[in-house]
Amino acid sequence: MGRIVVTGMGIITAIGKDAGENYDALLNGRHGIGPVSLLDTRHRNEIPAGEIKLTNEELAALCGIGKPELYTRTALLGIIAAREAFETGIARYGINDHARTALVSSSTVGGMDKTEQHFYDFLSNNEYAHYVHTHYCSDSSIKICDYLGLRHMNVTISTACSSSVNAILFGAKLIRHGLADRVIAGGTDALSKFTLNGFNTLMILDREHCRPLDARRQGLNLGEGAAYIVLESEKTALKHHKEILCEISGYANANDAYHQTASSPDGYGPYLSMKEALDMSGLKPSQIDYINAHGTGTDNNDLTEGLAIDRIFAPRVPLVSSTKPFTGHTLAAAGVVETVFSILSIRNGIIFPNLNFSEKIAELSFEPVTELRRADINHVITNSFGFGGNDSSLVLSKY
Amino acid sequence: MEELIQKLKEEIIEVLNLEEMEPGDIDSDAPLFGEGLGLDSIDALELIVLLEKNYGIKIEDPKDGRKIFFSVRTMAEYITEHQK
Amino acid sequence: MPLLIRKYCDIRKQRVVVDGKKVFGQEDDAAARLFLKSVYRHFRIDYPKFFKMDGLSKLGFLTAEILLGDPAPAQIHAPENGGIILTNASSSVDIDKKHFDTIKSREQYFPSPSNFVYTLPNIMAGEIAIRHGMKGENSVLISRQFDPELIVGITRLAFETESLTFCICGWVEMNDEHYESLLFLVGQDDGLSDGDKSREDIIFDPLNLMKRYKAVNEWKN
Repeated sequence: MGRIVVTGMGIITAIGKDAGENYDALLNGRHGIGPVSLLDTRHRNEIPAGEIKLTNEELAALCGIGKPELYTRTALLGIIAAREAFETGIARYGINDHARTALVSSSTVGGMDKTEQHFYDFLSNNEYAHYVHTHYCSDSSIKICDYLGLRHMNVTISTACSSSVNAILFGAKLIRHGLADRVIAGGTDALSKFTLNGFNTLMILDREHCRPLDARRQGLNLGEGAAYIVLESEKTALKHHKEILCEISGYANANDAYHQTASSPDGYGPYLSMKEALDMSGLKPSQIDYINAHGTGTDNNDLTEGLAIDRIFAPRVPLVSSTKPFTGHTLAAAGVVETVFSILSIRNGIIFPNLNFSEKIAELSFEPVTELRRADINHVITNSFGFGGNDSSLVLSKY
Repeated sequence: MEELIQKLKEEIIEVLNLEEMEPGDIDSDAPLFGEGLGLDSIDALELIVLLEKNYGIKIEDPKDGRKIFFSVRTMAEYITEHQK
Repeated sequence: MPLLIRKYCDIRKQRVVVDGKKVFGQEDDAAARLFLKSVYRHFRIDYPKFFKMDGLSKLGFLTAEILLGDPAPAQIHAPENGGIILTNASSSVDIDKKHFDTIKSREQYFPSPSNFVYTLPNIMAGEIAIRHGMKGENSVLISRQFDPELIVGITRLAFETESLTFCICGWVEMNDEHYESLLFLVGQDDGLSDGDKSREDIIFDPLNLMKRYKAVNEWKN
């Protein structure tokens, strides 16, 4: 089977509204974690998050949508990122035929951002009735397809924090099996009170800026965002003389089968997903130059992910960093946001630092990269581990 | 204290969905976590909510839960000490 | 190699159907929660964590339990290599509403962690994985209605991972009192006899899935 490559990407997070802005922020150590100001939550002064400082009206203006009130924030973020991916990977090559361009998107929040605002209005006031229909996780996918004029396959995955890596995984399979020529794969999630309150009651939120992979980590910061990448076969990409951003050389998904929200103590699920992705790529552990960790900053994740990394790579653990101190944990979008960052790493030969780190986790053999580092990066692993034991990993390679 | 212990057992059964249990099945001094009832980390968080909701006691650090929720009796003692 | 439907289980409208035969049913119009408890008891399942689950997970768990249960299909010798592909329309909206109820009031503000844990549709897949030790590929997808082409398409792709030996796939939907689940146990055609089922009838394809979906929906007690 042929090689699967990436030919376009789009992203919007708390550190930038497109790939260029995100890259600039990563280079300059400019993170987007701070007090919540747009979401009307009782926790606004206690819980920092990676909130995108643009109102829904401003988001809509960015993509020329005249009636922002008809869209959820999740859909608006998704459209902005999908549009950039579409433009950089498809439109700029003058490709007009989308009969076999599929969208594989993902979300956990769906339209909850609007539903939680207007739930009690639904029965008394027709003005908000349309938000009943936008509640579905699949709504943002449909809105993206409508916006881009796509009529082929449209799929929505919802597997918690590993959702968008699973979307990429699934998109790659569609191409390998000839079910689509091009796949725009990724995910989108907006901040919502539902999620903020929920994570808060699980007591895994840091009241300060998160510190992934640090012995004194206190939890995660939530974030919001969206990102999409354009996947196609190497053959199709070359046929259209496209610039190839990188190759998806391996992928895997496994279930930890241990607990609803915690990883098994030895990180077996994360170990399985990394190992199987590596096996698929045909690469040896020593050939991996960098790991963009899931690294949420929770007690459980960072330890178990770290143990799994040690199990596969020690004593020669690649350079590791988590970019979540920049953007926060963008839930369903986390996997694809970090895939975009990993692609930027490969293309520019730069490893983005794991901000806020000071003390190594005792049980692990490694500590993360803390300063911007130039390196020859040929192969990267990016991890996304979700609630429900859903663990996924991608291997990205320089083309 | 015994009255509080009995009440706690009923509340624990309810909030933790211990469907097959009666208060009489829970030993007041037996460990709640690990062996016995086999409660996990999410159950511990539910007990934190229980303490706040029914007794007005707020626990900031989930790690404190280990001592407080050791048994029904230690829970009752903590409540008696801290209840507003 | 074609994939075959080894077994299927359907739970809806107060009845449980396995391979086209009703194996449990209740006449009265019990609430969903109570009906699911009756199913649990009827099949003598011993798994106290069942009672902590939300409605959607209970429904998925029970259907999978009966599917993989007694007698256990011959092909399930290495559960670690089993995959789970589930779909539904409403995601986890049933428990989402309960979570929402606990955060809506400024005064009576007591969000429940055990509720929140279930506000993702793939936790149901996680519960099945934990119960049976299944560590293969697993996914949950959202579609407006039962979509046999989607289910077949995705499951076939899951088998691309050579280590996967069987998969539980299908549709598990719950919203208030509306519940329905139809799960298929799918495996490779390994030449083992499937009793008196005609082979054409058990090929894992959209037509055979739709046939069974229609049958359980049109079932006359």
